[in-house]
Amino acid sequence: MLLVYCPYCQVERPETEFSCRGQAHIARPADPDTVSDEDWVEYLYLRDNTKGVYAERWRHIHGCGRFFNAVRHTVSDDFLAFYKAGEPMPDLDTLAKEAGK
Amino acid sequence: MKRYSFLELAKNAFSAHKNWGRQWRAPEPKAEYDVVIIGAGGHGLATAYYLAKEHGIRNVAVLEKGWLGGGNTGRNTTIVRSNYLWEESAALYNHAIGLWQGLSQELNYNVMYSARGVMMLAHTVHDVQVAQRHIHANRLAGVQNEWLTPEQAKDYCPPLNIKKDIRYPVMGAALQRVGGTARHDAVAWGYARGADDMGVDIIQNCLVTGIRRGADGAVEGVDTAKGFIKAKKVGVVAAGNTTTVMDMAGVRMPLESYPLQALVSEPVKPAFPCVVMSNTIHAYISQSDKGELVIGAGTDQFISYSQVGGIHITNHTIDAICELFPHFRRMRMLRNWGGIVDVTPDRSPILSKTPVQGLYVNCGWGTGGFKATPGSGHVFAHTIAKDEPHRINAPFTIDRFKTGRLIDEAAAAAVAH
Repeated sequence: MLLVYCPYCQVERPETEFSCRGQAHIARPADPDTVSDEDWVEYLYLRDNTKGVYAERWRHIHGCGRFFNAVRHTVSDDFLAFYKAGEPMPDLDTLAKEAGK
Repeated sequence: MKRYSFLELAKNAFSAHKNWGRQWRAPEPKAEYDVVIIGAGGHGLATAYYLAKEHGIRNVAVLEKGWLGGGNTGRNTTIVRSNYLWEESAALYNHAIGLWQGLSQELNYNVMYSARGVMMLAHTVHDVQVAQRHIHANRLAGVQNEWLTPEQAKDYCPPLNIKKDIRYPVMGAALQRVGGTARHDAVAWGYARGADDMGVDIIQNCLVTGIRRGADGAVEGVDTAKGFIKAKKVGVVAAGNTTTVMDMAGVRMPLESYPLQALVSEPVKPAFPCVVMSNTIHAYISQSDKGELVIGAGTDQFISYSQVGGIHITNHTIDAICELFPHFRRMRMLRNWGGIVDVTPDRSPILSKTPVQGLYVNCGWGTGGFKATPGSGHVFAHTIAKDEPHRINAPFTIDRFKTGRLIDEAAAAAVAH
């Protein structure tokens, strides 16, 4: 079981308090009427599924209920960063280097 | 190939079984092949076998980064069944069931397919309605499946607890008698031996590091730990690592990879006659011929390549097992492990051509690929050999995510996700 840090509650809690909601920073198309089929596929179905450092959304469902983002290494499952929703994605390569991954 | 028979067994008994010989070669890769398969699991080896057997394409290499059958083929809970809801799925898995029934004879290798029945429990009114809808859909699609009352379920599986006072009492069950188990390793080994005998090179410890494409975009070959290997056609059958491999060819996949766990108990005398699954309380269990209880748990909630999985996931399954089968409460678990399963958005596999000429992909089996091994290899070999899908896998394209013709087993599947 992972230990997850909620940047809103500022506490570390067991993974079972949280729900993981997949890849972070996928923006909904601003004008759906003008989006091509290929771009809909990209938005709805295609995911990086990275073997390595990955930014993903979490939600503190049994706490504050808010969404936030985390950077995790998907082979070791170590978390490298937690940050609030709306904040920009940190540079994943830099984070990986700092953590020695 | 030395055929296995009772006479061979008797002959080898006189030399204390020390002279059986190797079942397949360990060749170095040639410079060029007609077809390269990436991934020597059950599906990849079956593909190579049927390419050689049914399509006469014998200049084939199967590349494997580890050892053959060492991925999900050796990590699953060995369950075989075909009671899926949609006709597309039922046709695919039923095709596999047909092949399972004669597989030991076909391969001259005992894959220990045992049609002991797969029973799926219903615990709520909703479960009962869904199960009965499944049964009716299956009957119309020519797939065997039948409804049992709690008492009939207990007759079929005496260890089952059908008392009314448990948290999720059993309200009935769907039974597919033709379902059951098979020996997972033997499936990989049998296909490997058969394919090798027809000239297929199985190259282990050979990581693929790149897929080369020519000026016209078509596949030219693969870069590997053992150098460049030229090939006009490449089939990717890499389960949880499919995204990583397809990235090498610049093809983005609608896949996410999760750890799925299984565990086994200490071996005991025969105590459990069939396979029992419950989606609602998330447990599935059978007993291997060696005597271990084989138990399947769920996936973690996040993507991972760790092949481990969280302990609370297995605990959740064990809780359910202990309630359904109270006499297993004092059993000790011997070991648990995880495999990396590649899950598609509609929970149906992809057996398809790709936008890249000469590149084919067989993936997305999610939590339930073992049961399809023979059928998957059979139709995928057809797809590669003819450069067009077999009638059975025609609906399972990558394009379905663009056209919207999904095969939505996500909510409807008989499988536990």
